[in-house]
Amino acid sequence: MNHVSMRIDGVRYDDDVEPRLLLVHYLREVAGRTGTPVGCDTSNCGACTVLMNGVSVKSCSVLAVQADGAEITTIQGLANGEWHPLQRAFHEEHALQCGYCTPGMIMAAADLLRDNPRPSEQEVRDGLEGNLCRCTGYQNIVRAVLRVAGEMAGEQAGAAS
Amino acid sequence: MTAETVQEKEVGRARARKEDARLVTGQTNWTDNIQLPGLVHIAFLRSPLAHARITRADTSRAREATGVIAVFTGADLAAEQGSLPCAWPVTPDIVIPQHPPMAVDTVRYAGEIVAAVVARDRYAAADALEAIDVDYEELPPVLDMEEALAEGSPKVHEQGNKSFVWPFSNGDIEAAFRDAPVVLERTYRQQRLIPSAMEPRAVVCAPVGDEFTLWSATQIPHVLRVMLALVTGIPEHKLRVIAPDVGGGFGSKLQVTAEEVLALLIARRLGRPVKWTESRSEGNLAVHHGRDQIQRIRVAAGADGRLRGLDVDLLADMGAYLMLVTPGVPLLGAFMYNAIYKMDAYSFRCTGVFTTKTPTDAYRGAGRPEATFAIERVMDDLAAELGMDPLALRERNWIKHTEFPYTTIAGLTYDSGNYEAATAAARELFHYDELRKEAAERAAAGDPVRLGIGISTFTEMCGLAPSRILGQLAYGAGGWEHASIRMLPTGKVEAVTGSSAHGQGHETAWSQIVADELGVPFEDVRVLHGDTFVAPKGMDTYGSRSLTVGGIAVVAACGKVREKARVIAAGLLEVSPDDLEWSSGRWQVRGDPDQGKTIGEIALATFAAHNLPEGVEPSLDSDATYDPDNFSFPHGTHLCAAEVDTETGAVRLRSYVAVDDVGQVVNPLIVEGQVHGGIAQGIAQALFEEAAYDSSGTLVTATLADYLVPSAADLPAFVTSRTATPSTTNPLGVKGVGEAGTIASTPAVVNAIVDALRPLGVPDVPMPCTPERVWRAIREGAAR
Ligand code: FES
Ligand code: FES
Repeated sequence: MNHVSMRIDGVRYDDDVEPRLLLVHYLREVAGRTGTPVGCDTSNCGACTVLMNGVSVKSCSVLAVQADGAEITTIQGLANGEWHPLQRAFHEEHALQCGYCTPGMIMAAADLLRDNPRPSEQEVRDGLEGNLCRCTGYQNIVRAVLRVAGEMAGEQAGAAS
Repeated sequence: MTAETVQEKEVGRARARKEDARLVTGQTNWTDNIQLPGLVHIAFLRSPLAHARITRADTSRAREATGVIAVFTGADLAAEQGSLPCAWPVTPDIVIPQHPPMAVDTVRYAGEIVAAVVARDRYAAADALEAIDVDYEELPPVLDMEEALAEGSPKVHEQGNKSFVWPFSNGDIEAAFRDAPVVLERTYRQQRLIPSAMEPRAVVCAPVGDEFTLWSATQIPHVLRVMLALVTGIPEHKLRVIAPDVGGGFGSKLQVTAEEVLALLIARRLGRPVKWTESRSEGNLAVHHGRDQIQRIRVAAGADGRLRGLDVDLLADMGAYLMLVTPGVPLLGAFMYNAIYKMDAYSFRCTGVFTTKTPTDAYRGAGRPEATFAIERVMDDLAAELGMDPLALRERNWIKHTEFPYTTIAGLTYDSGNYEAATAAARELFHYDELRKEAAERAAAGDPVRLGIGISTFTEMCGLAPSRILGQLAYGAGGWEHASIRMLPTGKVEAVTGSSAHGQGHETAWSQIVADELGVPFEDVRVLHGDTFVAPKGMDTYGSRSLTVGGIAVVAACGKVREKARVIAAGLLEVSPDDLEWSSGRWQVRGDPDQGKTIGEIALATFAAHNLPEGVEPSLDSDATYDPDNFSFPHGTHLCAAEVDTETGAVRLRSYVAVDDVGQVVNPLIVEGQVHGGIAQGIAQALFEEAAYDSSGTLVTATLADYLVPSAADLPAFVTSRTATPSTTNPLGVKGVGEAGTIASTPAVVNAIVDALRPLGVPDVPMPCTPERVWRAIREGAAR
């Protein structure tokens, strides 16, 4: 057993874990943060994407012990009093159907926009390549992400003027 | 409220979905999220071999492993596990082999369950699997359908490798082919596909005394409950089945699975709650697969392109066993090969074949994509043969909009349609003539990147299904759907539907319907589904049936609520019920609209029940069960432009236009989403996906690294539009949309690729049209 300590969605957790425990299983089964689902066992689907120290990671390919000391943000910690712009845009643009890919898709999109605040459509498509959705055909996901990029640019322009 | 307050109609509005609130915030209730006191975990040991006899299974080491509570083999459960059900014995002499949930002495596909471990946590359960020793005596795998049917082939089952032969014919097929100016014959292969819902399957089962609650990531909680009762002998009323939030299905969760039965039996044995969640690579082996057919299709036509006859001979791979509706899937296609076309004669024959592969069953479209692919591919080839424009050829043969209702050569009566309108709209959005011109120019110039145009003018049958037709087809259940409306004292409404959603947006769409039918705000309706204690009656969700059958049941139940409310309102207003008229959620006195009672006021009056008319029961709650008279027939025209690099074989989809006619639309946002997702899945079959086995019968595409579900980067943006020709067989005029895109898009894409390459002597490219296959087809074309 190894001791890990991390902050998940603003709350500090301290636990003894097996060294082989995956971060996603730590989140779901030890910390009870079940908002982050698991869709595969080969790091292909991205359903498990969370932010680790602000950067997106697939939490099925990180061990809990590797996250020791980290700040983790999951879909459950994204809203800040009100929905994050991506949550709102996914809802309004109908960017989800069954919603299984949605937590990972939104977290990956958050990281994508942090990296590239004004992406082109193709850049959004390429940037979300590691996140699979079986329901939507991606069109509305891309539209939602581009919309948030546009809103952010608008706000910046507004703030600058 | 006054009579002037006229509410805007909800049906037709692009409402953002109610269910999103939990889905975008991570508050979803997936089966794997469920935690219960004392919950233990099941892991299954699966056969690594395609075909073998089990000669020894030693579980003694596993039983001693840390955290292990119990280990079971097939022999341990043989007396109680029964046989997994097949509800569709399509012919009287069909061979339905025994299908024990856990193999007892023989395994017939790689991935079949041979043992189960129950342990304190999922890691311990997985570890202990490695401590089970199973000895096998290998038997020869049976992988190819044609070889399976040949004399002397090794047998999958004692009874042989043929499950059934199902014939259909109408008209004089020999006359149609005799002296026909043009006869084309083609063979297409529908590759095997893995449905790949993003949520892996999961089951939780909690026993309390002799009663059981089973949560499952299923599309069919109601059917599952009945079947589990029949298979295990647990009385149906002691079994509650819950489908919580379910992460996609596409047919793959329209099943009564070995894992569900075994979880129930193990929970009963142990008297404690159990959970099983599959890994993706386990799921790729064990979730039923889709398609896998060899289609021989012959078409006879006049020199003017008029279709005379169509002859289809189908081999359908059942895999190792018949699951819930396995044999019926290819037969749903039987009624669709003739598609939107008129012809003199049609003959169809399907042979169901056993192989030592994962069983097949419903996958998005189930039978109709296969049929549509074959006919639409042949129509493009026939146009090329005749030197006609493929749209003109279709127009020569399709049913004109003035000819509906039209009984097709396959015996279905299409109630409505307008193929002319959808095609005209698609043509314009696509810039058909310009693209044709560009394609011809590039071909003439010898451009190494060719442009091809693919067409699919599809129809399909949905709204499964009139019970009487299902009976004629020997299906084991009806096709009705149930709904109930509960009026709460405060005027809020609970709408209970038997159609259990897993991404389709029922909570939103049904709220819109109820809002209109009862004149209440959209926000005041809550839709309940997916729990057999809350929604005790239902036939569940598949075959694009929810709206066309379940939605109409909701309409009917609302109608009954209104009629009950009318009698009570009349009593309260001291007038005759005949003097009342319904207006925007209110019964009001004809000619004196200020005198009236809203549905909410009437609901409250039934709650108090102080002064209801004599003999009137104090409730507005109503149930309705709706059995459709006919299927519905969505249609559309999909056009695809593909650029094919003749040097590398790479295919790029340059544009994709879809004009669908799904009748009246309840929520355009949801409809558009269904179309997008459907197109993507059809493109995936055309270009990317294939469940491939090696010569020993091992699935080589067991992970998402090998089975190529497309990402956003692999797909283009789609241009979608609609025409609206209402269905005439239901009061909403709706037709269904869940499968349309998938049915339409596969042939559109492959037709585009073949169109680009036909000048190079390429007659066909087998699916999936990977760069390697396209490149090979070009080399072979050059050698011709
Ligand atoms: S669960 Fe992590 S990538 Fe699939
Ligand atoms: S919404 Fe179902 S997988 Fe993306």
